[in-house]
Parts: sequence; structure tokens; C-alpha cells
Amino acid sequence: MIQLTIIIGYLALLLLLGFGASRFGRGTSKDYLLASHSIGPVLLLLSLFGTTMTAFALVGSTGEAFRRGVGVYGMLASSSGIIHSLCFFVLGVPLWRLGQKYGYRTQVQFFRDRLDSDRIGLVLFPVLVALVIPYLLIGVMSAGLFINVVTQGRVVPGAEGSMTIQNPTFSEGTFPSFLEAGYATPAGSKGGVPRHLASLVICGVVLSYVFFGGMRGTAWANGFQTLLFMVLGVVMFYLLAQQLGGETSFFANLKKLGASIPPEKLTRSDISPWKFLTYMFVPLSVGMFPHLFQHWLTARSAESFKLAVVLHPVFIMIVWVPCILLGVWAAGELVNVPPPVAAEPNKVLAFMVKSTGWPVLAGLLTAGVLAAIMSSLDSQFLCLGTMFSEDVMLHYGGRDRFTDQQHIWTARMFIIAIVGLTYFFSLFEPRQVFTLGVWCFSGFASLFPLAVAALYWRGLTKAGAYAALLTAIGMWFWLFRASGYADDEAYAIAFNVGGTLIEVMPVAPMVLASTLGMIVVSLVTPKPNAATLAKFFPAS
Amino acid sequence: MVKVVWALVLLLIVLHQDLWFWEDQRLVFGFLPIGLAWHMGISMGASLTWLLATWFCWPKGDAHSTAPGDAA
Repeated sequence: MIQLTIIIGYLALLLLLGFGASRFGRGTSKDYLLASHSIGPVLLLLSLFGTTMTAFALVGSTGEAFRRGVGVYGMLASSSGIIHSLCFFVLGVPLWRLGQKYGYRTQVQFFRDRLDSDRIGLVLFPVLVALVIPYLLIGVMSAGLFINVVTQGRVVPGAEGSMTIQNPTFSEGTFPSFLEAGYATPAGSKGGVPRHLASLVICGVVLSYVFFGGMRGTAWANGFQTLLFMVLGVVMFYLLAQQLGGETSFFANLKKLGASIPPEKLTRSDISPWKFLTYMFVPLSVGMFPHLFQHWLTARSAESFKLAVVLHPVFIMIVWVPCILLGVWAAGELVNVPPPVAAEPNKVLAFMVKSTGWPVLAGLLTAGVLAAIMSSLDSQFLCLGTMFSEDVMLHYGGRDRFTDQQHIWTARMFIIAIVGLTYFFSLFEPRQVFTLGVWCFSGFASLFPLAVAALYWRGLTKAGAYAALLTAIGMWFWLFRASGYADDEAYAIAFNVGGTLIEVMPVAPMVLASTLGMIVVSLVTPKPNAATLAKFFPAS
Repeated sequence: MVKVVWALVLLLIVLHQDLWFWEDQRLVFGFLPIGLAWHMGISMGASLTWLLATWFCWPKGDAHSTAPGDAA
């Protein structure tokens, strides 16, 4: 019960922060959606970092390292350090400048203007929303799962194969049976907060502070939560190392735990070099995340980006390295991960946190994990509300027909609808956080060539942009379906080159095909008009 | 210097594909798998490279531009 009290206290604190931010609001849609472009370098760094680090970075990376070893860091963390900052630098800064100059609030507004095509929004809007929903799903699903595992009782095998629960937070029958899902069965709540109820509460809390605080509340909450999950992540690593190692010195514990890592988890023997190489395409997704686009626009000045560009790779390292080490330690003999947890790697981190046996610590560490998850959910919710109100309601309804308050309330209503939809999807059978995350990022990555071309290639035509978009989403859906909607965790595209089988991540052909489609179609279709080119390429 | 910075970015991408440590089971300082230690080095190298990029490759004219009419 202690850990649950801490979790509830933390959630209450976030609500206060959201309400506090709303008191500083200026009551305009510009303030609600973009915090009046007032975000300085430190808060921009923290909010960009908090937004890109989600359940994927903590829950997913630990589980994946438990399964596949230390190579997981190279697959996504070190590559993201190079690519994310590259995207902030080559896309974020110029888009911020254009946003300031022409008043853009969403990606769709930029692409409509740049391509001189109103209808591009009709394709881009649903594509972006469809790709954000799996990303939201990862957070909602992981938060519920994590809270459930850390509040569960101890499972003890009983007579005739039955199981009993010792020291549960809630006794059987506290919640309706559909929430307890069999209580002591493998899929049951086992005395913890039922997964679906925990997910619902998390959705409600994030929704509340986004609802009232808008972008300012989101940025403040992100900054606070980013600091919290970074500090608590390091604390968690230290305390778990001390407990699992059992020696008095921290360094002695590190050595003892290092020696316990199974040999195959020390290497990348289970990862093909081609798959590893093509994982490099996945972080390109940052270039087309609509919620990051919106965060870029909140910057006070171009200078504000510098801190984020420089420190982002090191921040990734601070968060990922402890998670990767915890994952490979969990695979060793010093951590006795029971088979039901081993079968669901998403639960490995929660199991380790719970295994400390210190409820206060478990509560604080859970707050840290929830901080990472919610600092992404909030930006994504707000962004979708912004997109609907700007790109659909105001664009088609007429900007003069609605007051600023109606504008804000429309964004809020759409956010509620999206939260409801995401929660509905989270009720179904959960997928591996890591696998689902990679699919979601792959979809956005395949739109990256379009973002680059829009800023740097005069030859990009509207038809070329349609070709890139339709190729990207068509291939994404086709391959996602072929993987059993992320059910096949090892899904890859295989080529036979001179008798050698080469397996690449689906993202590689997706990015190459959308690039090719965009270039070929742009070369054979009418060029953009001179006025548009002069607007976006004034020096040439 | 701009070309040097972009060359460093390319170098990081090449060094990221460290086939030479693929099957290496050594532990650095007795606890850190060498493959992980190498990629931590890539992360730090990336930060340094981007620091150079902000010094030498930052778009001209952006240094002091701010949002018009907005205060912190």
C-alpha cells in the first residue's frame, strides 16, 4: 500500500503543476498551443528529451536487453544520439525559423504552404494521427502494466497447481471480476491495481494537466518529469546494484554483477550486422514526429536549440545505460527472474524494482518510470488536439468563425476523443513495447525524406510529396500486417545477394522506397510555382 | 571547419557499426561489456561533434533571432 500511496501522491503533484501552469496562461490559443514561444534552452532541452524518452526507453530497453543483450544500446540509443541531434539541427532550427516567419502551428500548415497544396493535408493529417496512436498505446499499456506489477502481492504456488497471493495490496473481489481478470491466474491482477484501471488513471491524469495547462503545463510537467526520471533512474541503478550484488562496495557489486552476465548477452551474437546497420534508420522518425514539431515551435529563439542539440546524446546515455545493464543482469544467475516474468520482458524492470522489497523505494522508482511515460503522452495528446483544431476545424470551418476560446475547447475535445480511442486499443492483448515502438518509429522515419526535401530541395513537387506519403504509409501498413501487427518480433525483410541471405529492418526499404517515389515523381511532374520557391528559398 | 564537422558525423556513423567488437566478451573495468562501453563512447563523441556543429555550423543570422513580440 505504501508504494501505491507514493504513486497517488506523485500523480496529485502533476495535477497541481498543470493547474499552476494554467494560472500563468494568457488565455489565448497561441499560449495554450505553443506557450507563446516562451520556452528557453533548459526547458526546451528537458521537454524535447522527455518527449522522446518514453516507456520504450525504460521498460522496453530493459526487457529487450534481457532478451537480446547489450547490443540493444547500439541498436537505438547511440544511433539516436547521432540522428536525433542531427534532426534538431537540420530540421528543427529551420522549421522554427519558418514557423516564426509564417505563423505555423502544425506540420500540416507548413506542408500545405510549402507544397502549395491544400489537399496534402487530407492525406498527411490521417497518416500522422494513425502513426501517433501506436506510440500513445505503448505509453498507456506500459504504465498500466508497471503499476500492476509493483503493487501485486507475492505469488505462491498452492495445492493442485493453484496459486495464492501473499501480502496483496487489494484482496480478491475489491474490483469487478472483469478488471481482476482471474485474480491469481497468470493474467490476473494478483492483488495489484488492475492493469486496465491503472492505465485509465494515467490517461485521466495526463488528460487533466494537458486540458488545463496546455503547452505551458505540458512543458513544465515534462521538465519536472525528465529531471525526476533521470535522477530516479540513476538512484534505481545504484540501489539495485547494491542489493543484487550483496557486497559492501558499489564497484565490487558492479564487478560481481558484470561477471554474472551470460556470455551471449555480452555480445551481439544474436543480432545480424545488417539488421543492426538498418536500425540506424529508425531514429530518423524524430524528424517527422508531430509532437516534436510543436515543441520546436515553442522555442524562444534559435539559440535555445543549442543546448538540446549538444546534450541530447549524453542524456540518452544516462537513461539507457542503467536500463541495459539491469536487463542483462536480470538474465544472469544473481537475479532469479521467474518464468512467467521471463516470458513477458515488459515486466522485467517492474519485477526488479519490486524485488527490492522496499515499498518506499518501489513507489519512488515507479514514479520515475511513470514520469518518463507521461512526459511523452502529454505532448502527443496536446499535439493531436492542436492538429485537429488548426488543420481541420479552423482550416475548413474558417478562422474568423471561431473565437479563441472555441478554438481551445475544440482542441480539448479532440484530445479527449483520442485518449478514449487509445485506451480502448490498450484493452486488447498487449504487444512487446520494444517491437511496437520500432514499428511506430519506422512509419515516421519513412516520412523523413519528405521533411528534408521540403526544406532543402527546390525540385520537390506536390505530386512527389503525395508519392512519398502514399508509398510510406502503404508500405508501412503492408509490412506491419505481414508481421502479424507486431506479433512476429523478429520480422525482417530478407534478400538473397549472391547466395548470402541478408536481413534488414523493414524501415530500410520503407525509407528508400518513399525517397525513390518522391524523387522520380517530382522529376516528371510540374515544378512548384516561382512565388512558392521564392518564399521558401529566398537566397537562390 | 564545417566540412570537418560533417566528416565527424559520418565517422560516427561508420564507427557505430563496430564489427570488431561484435563477439567480444571482455569487460572494461571488470564490469562493463566492451560493446556497450564502445557505444557509450559513440554517445559522448556525438555530443562533442554536435558541440562543434553549434560553434562552427550554426546558420548565420539565427544567433539572436527571437520570437517577435514574446517575452519569457
